[in-house]
Amino acid sequence: MRYLPKSPADRAQMLREIGCKSVDDLFAPIPAEYRLNRDLKVPRQMAESEIIDYFQERAGSNAAGFALFLGAGAYHHYRPVVIDAMVSRGEFLTSYTPYQAEIAQGTLQAIFEFQTMVCELTGMEVANASMYDGSTGAAEAMLMAVRVTGRKAAVVARSVHPEYREVMHTYTQHQGLPITEFAFLENGRVDMADLEKKITSDTACVLIQSPNFFGTIEDVAAVADLVHKKGALLVVSIAEALSLGIVKPPVEADIVSMETQSFGVPLGYGGPYAGVMATKEKFVRQMPGRLVGETRDKDGKRGFVLTLSTREQHIRREKATSNICTNQALIATMATIYMTIYGREGLKELAAQNLAKATYAANELAKKGKILFPGSPRFNEFVVQTKADPFEINRRLQAKKIIGGFPLKWQYPELGNAAVWCCTELNSKEQIDAAVQVVGQ
Amino acid sequence: MSDRDIRKAVRHVNQNEGLIFERSSPGKKGYRLPPLDVPEVDYKKALGTAARADLGSMPEVSEMEIIRHFTRLSTWNYAIDLGMYPLGSCTMKYNARVNEVVARFPGLANAHPFQSADVSQGAMRVMKTLSDCLLDITGMDAITLQPAAGAHGEMTGILLMHAYLQSKGNPRKKILIPDSAHGTNPATAAICGYAVENLKSNSRGMVDVSALAAQMNEDVAGLMLTNPNTLGIFEQEIHKIAEILHQKGGLLYMDGANMNALVGKTRPGDFGVDVMHLNLHKTFSTPHGGGGPGSGPVACKKILEPFLPKPVIVEKADGTLAFDYDRPKSVGRVRMFYGNFGMHVRALAYIMANGPDGLRQTTEDAVLNANYIRKKLEGDYDLPYQSPSMHEVVFSDHIQEQKGVKTGDVAKRLIDYGFHPYTVSFPLVVHGAIMIEPTESESLEELDLLVDAMKSIAREAEDDPEMVRNAPHTTRVKRLDETAAARKPILRWRPAATKTAAE
Repeated sequence: MRYLPKSPADRAQMLREIGCKSVDDLFAPIPAEYRLNRDLKVPRQMAESEIIDYFQERAGSNAAGFALFLGAGAYHHYRPVVIDAMVSRGEFLTSYTPYQAEIAQGTLQAIFEFQTMVCELTGMEVANASMYDGSTGAAEAMLMAVRVTGRKAAVVARSVHPEYREVMHTYTQHQGLPITEFAFLENGRVDMADLEKKITSDTACVLIQSPNFFGTIEDVAAVADLVHKKGALLVVSIAEALSLGIVKPPVEADIVSMETQSFGVPLGYGGPYAGVMATKEKFVRQMPGRLVGETRDKDGKRGFVLTLSTREQHIRREKATSNICTNQALIATMATIYMTIYGREGLKELAAQNLAKATYAANELAKKGKILFPGSPRFNEFVVQTKADPFEINRRLQAKKIIGGFPLKWQYPELGNAAVWCCTELNSKEQIDAAVQVVGQ
Repeated sequence: MSDRDIRKAVRHVNQNEGLIFERSSPGKKGYRLPPLDVPEVDYKKALGTAARADLGSMPEVSEMEIIRHFTRLSTWNYAIDLGMYPLGSCTMKYNARVNEVVARFPGLANAHPFQSADVSQGAMRVMKTLSDCLLDITGMDAITLQPAAGAHGEMTGILLMHAYLQSKGNPRKKILIPDSAHGTNPATAAICGYAVENLKSNSRGMVDVSALAAQMNEDVAGLMLTNPNTLGIFEQEIHKIAEILHQKGGLLYMDGANMNALVGKTRPGDFGVDVMHLNLHKTFSTPHGGGGPGSGPVACKKILEPFLPKPVIVEKADGTLAFDYDRPKSVGRVRMFYGNFGMHVRALAYIMANGPDGLRQTTEDAVLNANYIRKKLEGDYDLPYQSPSMHEVVFSDHIQEQKGVKTGDVAKRLIDYGFHPYTVSFPLVVHGAIMIEPTESESLEELDLLVDAMKSIAREAEDDPEMVRNAPHTTRVKRLDETAAARKPILRWRPAATKTAAE
């Protein structure tokens, strides 16, 4: 087996030195009746070239080279080649969690830069080293709000990503933390009157998404005012991180939970992505997940360490702020490199291009159907309502190697034949025109 | 310290590098966008009050500087590609490059999770094939690949237990957890609404079966057990343990962190485990990436299948694959989409590179390596438990402590010898634990270098304990002040601090 660096002679020598006749002696602690005396039913050992062939074939039976108009929590953006060149370096790829700071300064400094950039973009004061993804991060943000406020209920906007809401229900089901949902208006924004009815003195937090699942940018300041008046925290979830290039950061929020997939992370059929949680300094000790902090060594030299670990499971066990251990460090590193490449001007330019593409597409599709939720600002997603069933439209599009928007029928039946479309810098005018033509047929 | 004693490493020049923000200046660019082919939109006008004023201190740097910056940072890391990581419980094995290549094939890497099933058959087939392999490896009946990491898998598994017991009328109140367990176990039980009850180990480092029998009752949902446990010892009475739980209607959860000792040799499903998670980033070689991503599939027996997170992959009569969302008893989703799919691809590539014979040999080599180290270091380091070791061995600093040298000091000194430290002070049941897991990926030469280094440090602890206590001596930074870091946390760079913070 080519990954195993031992010759038969090495093995024989080692067994001799240990004082064993055969390697079976080492497995004697396993009761005989539970030993497996057959080969595992897995594919036979393959050559590297065969493995390549196998996955080429699998990749070939997926859509490749299709024009993509799907967003809905996973966004197609161009990935500069520098990202993979850097994260493919074994020193990033094959290093462990940086508990031994003296020989992990590379990862630690990169994560410190990640935390800084996330703070700059979100307008928060502290950010952690990553969560699994945006959905679990949002659920953990709710649990954090419970710890901060001592209250035991949550109110969530129906315009939050449906799968995020499912994850929140899973995480909170045994926490005695009831979740109430509140409505959205004709303009796509949250219904403040409904929210006001649903917040009680038990509400630990209100969670909204902006841009929300329909692509509408929420009036975060107004929501924050109401939520804070009721003594609850506001959690803002951001699924499309690139929006922050041109959209005002949710500085009025108490906790921001963001999915960073848009920042140079492949779509990858849904993962691995990286969530991140950011908050106010005063709440940091209630935050889950790893944190990197700056410090000095004994010669006074700047260095970075994992810090405030008394929040974490390996120290606090059942009293920890979360059970999270492994996070998404390499993905956070990808995002850091992406944010560095585009930086202060590029993120703005790129976000503006996304806005322009989505605006063009929405204007064109408005000729073939109805664009829902008018009157509120949007970023790169919008909802189109059509006469035809969007699943049927998508079948027609797929025949032309185009993947259409996300049909909303199952999650939002009241919207009828509607689908949420996404346009990024990767959607050319030709692609958009071709898609519009099919929709209009 | 004499460099002559250190055969694995020499000092070498490595580059200084500040924070990326300290390289930034207005007008530098690391990107260029193509011309816009649709009418431009004035975002300030379009977004109105929702428009952003500026992006604060986000960096402005050129591509050359970005390459240098991250390359320099990378050289400050230790990594599996550089040498051995004897980290007990972490299974830091070789991460094959072919795994990285296949995960980046455009059809897999660019697949949108919501694209329809008929243009996702390749991705789904990867998930299904991996699932089938993992089911045979574990001896279980059903599986979900949705959890993103080990602790996430634990949560999923305990939720399954909760839902199952609820369906029998009573979810119960407590989970039993041995004192040697990973910290994630009790933290997980708490998230799932269970109280944690500690279970003591016996003098052989195994579950005290009579204590378990005494503690087991109708309030206990089950036991979370790592096997081999965190002392590297196989729980020889595992069948009795399972029996005691099952007799009182409880379930046995197995933390699969140590599966590298078992693959191809024995199957948890055969020895009584009801539900378990696997760590693909340990046993199945997906790269650890400086802390993640991981992947924590959960495998279970038939009785727990109806409760698995949705969706589950099903094979239709025509041989095509589909996601089944109609799962009325499901505990719900634990993550959006289908899990860390990129890790599923890599794990399957690892299994294919090994085949049944390679997987078995891998396990045998992992156990052989641990026992070799045990044999070679016994005497120089105290071995608190005499029970046979599987894939890892736990010593203690009992001998070195007489001279004031603790496990953490020996670990830091190991860095000077060119190794990553072993796992320090864990498991908690061993005072001053030195936990070594070599994995199968180490050659005899590398193992001997580690043995030599550990023996040399044992001598140094006798002759010059002060020097060991101040280690490491050869790294870019000396021991860092963790107390100061926690007392006044600096968790981000700020523009005003640049002048004073510059090195």
